[in-house]
Amino acid sequence: MSETTAARDTVDRIRAKLEGPNTYGNSKLFWVGFAVVVAAFAAFPLTTDPYTVLQSSRYLAFAFLGLSLCFIWGYAGVLSFGQVAFFGVAAYTFGIIGINFGSATGVTAAFIGAVLVGTLFAAVLGYFMFYGGVRDVYVTIITLVVALVLNTFLAQTAGSEWAVGDARLGGFNGMTGIPDFTLGFGQTAFVFEATTFYYALLVMLVATYLGLRVLVNSNFGMTMVAIREDESRTATFGYNVPFVKLVVFTIGGALAAAGGVFYAAWGNFIDPTVFGIAFAALPVIWVSVGGRESLIGAIGATFLIERLRTDLSGGIGPLAPEWAQVVVGGLLLAVIMFMPAGVVPELDKRIKQQIAKRTGQSPSPTAAEEAGD
Amino acid sequence: MSSSSDPTVRQTPAVAATGETTDAILATTQLTKKFGGLTAVDGVDFTVEKGEIRCLIGPNGAGKSTLLELITGQLRPTEGEIYFDGQDLTDLEPHERIDTGLSVKFQSPHVYENLSVEQNLQIPLQRTDRDMASVLAETLEQISLTDKAETTAGDLSHGQQQRLEIGMAITLDPTLMLLDEPVAGMSVEETRAVAELIESLHDGGMAFVVVEHDMEFVRKISDQVTVLNQGQIFRQGPIEEIESDDAVRRIYLGENA
Repeated sequence: MSETTAARDTVDRIRAKLEGPNTYGNSKLFWVGFAVVVAAFAAFPLTTDPYTVLQSSRYLAFAFLGLSLCFIWGYAGVLSFGQVAFFGVAAYTFGIIGINFGSATGVTAAFIGAVLVGTLFAAVLGYFMFYGGVRDVYVTIITLVVALVLNTFLAQTAGSEWAVGDARLGGFNGMTGIPDFTLGFGQTAFVFEATTFYYALLVMLVATYLGLRVLVNSNFGMTMVAIREDESRTATFGYNVPFVKLVVFTIGGALAAAGGVFYAAWGNFIDPTVFGIAFAALPVIWVSVGGRESLIGAIGATFLIERLRTDLSGGIGPLAPEWAQVVVGGLLLAVIMFMPAGVVPELDKRIKQQIAKRTGQSPSPTAAEEAGD
Repeated sequence: MSSSSDPTVRQTPAVAATGETTDAILATTQLTKKFGGLTAVDGVDFTVEKGEIRCLIGPNGAGKSTLLELITGQLRPTEGEIYFDGQDLTDLEPHERIDTGLSVKFQSPHVYENLSVEQNLQIPLQRTDRDMASVLAETLEQISLTDKAETTAGDLSHGQQQRLEIGMAITLDPTLMLLDEPVAGMSVEETRAVAELIESLHDGGMAFVVVEHDMEFVRKISDQVTVLNQGQIFRQGPIEEIESDDAVRRIYLGENA
């Protein structure tokens, strides 16, 4: 077997795992485009100043939050307004552990511990909801309430008695002094700042995206889709639906928790607004616009909408910064009215329609030439 | 999941009408379901032999669907037990009962409308250890939907959706299939195709409990027929006996026997 055939076989095998009916982008063209975009993101820090790079890292952190909702909502049909709860709990936990144990090992432990706490919180909430028979819109309400309760609770922790060790919760002013993202053990340590932090998040985001692609295109992914499409029917095939939803919700919680740690490390700060209604609605907006059933759509929409919000926050011409909320809300309304499935699914549909139209209208070679310009 | 090796599993008690212990795949003992003042299923001893095709008939409201729902676990009995292949189903959740070898096809087509025919079959199939590609091809053939593998299930005709549903139930390779009105709304040819399918699966050893109103279909496939009326077993026997029984005809016309 020649080297090129062996290489092609490996590529095909990898693509087979990454591709399937549950993801958009299953062609060579998509992967080429994907590689170009990732390369562009990798080159970005070289073209700009560290401050801009730092600002962009925030979008990368948010992308994990967007992915967490896209995964549980787009694929398993669980609409949660509370992904920010796991995001925020992990952020605060990272702060608490990281401030108290500031060594490299301590901050590494803070990262792991915070993700574990956020994930565990999701698992416990998921257990009580799904095994308690809570379905559909009531999951949405309960998850939102959990976030709002955390918002209210943390907002009144201003006093100095509200501290865990050296870490003051800080009430509505939030927790300051949260360390940078650091990985290390003992003497060997690496502190991620500005550019290195950006690259660390980019690598982790790409890896997470690819990992989720494999997962949703596997049998487990098919199970999630079956539950989304018809939950009771799926149970009649022997699936333990509450258990599957619990696993899905827990994975979603882990993704959101990771995002929360990155966000806290990014700004060295976290405050209760992370649990508020305005922020809780954002992942829903990102995922709705990008395409609920599209992982890449969720990531793309998160970047674009957050970039838009940042740009608008300075105001445009006569528009005051508050108009940023109105613009984003208007964008959500427009998408839901005109392309309810979201941008990526809609684009995919249009492209396929164009291809079908061209191949359908080409009975003779000449017509095909005309159509295929 | 062999019942004889598990000491906690009770063996099937003697429940046949004659009182002898039988090789039953399904056996209920004094199964009763009450909804407040209404007794939908009343002391039913329903036994199906391994590899048998049993049709369950009776007027509307006789308790046929309730009986099926008790077997699948969607309803909890007020009294009585249900044994499947010697195993007491009482403590099993509905989804756990499927793993014992039971498969169900419900009355109204409940396919995954937005997914393709192939994906519809894949969902139950991936729960088993069977080879996906070959079983998919085989099942598509058995239900005559091979050329519709990529079609979205919601775009199929009613009869095609019913066949797809049967196909989905078959992929689990069950020992007993519960079919609730499998040929409702089907054309004559489709009904015949389903009858042939049931018979070929029956040749392979599969047992069936079929609730149906289409008497010609019942005549074609049944080994035995059980007539349910007002929650109780009214008559049981070969279809020829049942059909010629005046009392059975009367309960269908509304007079109490």
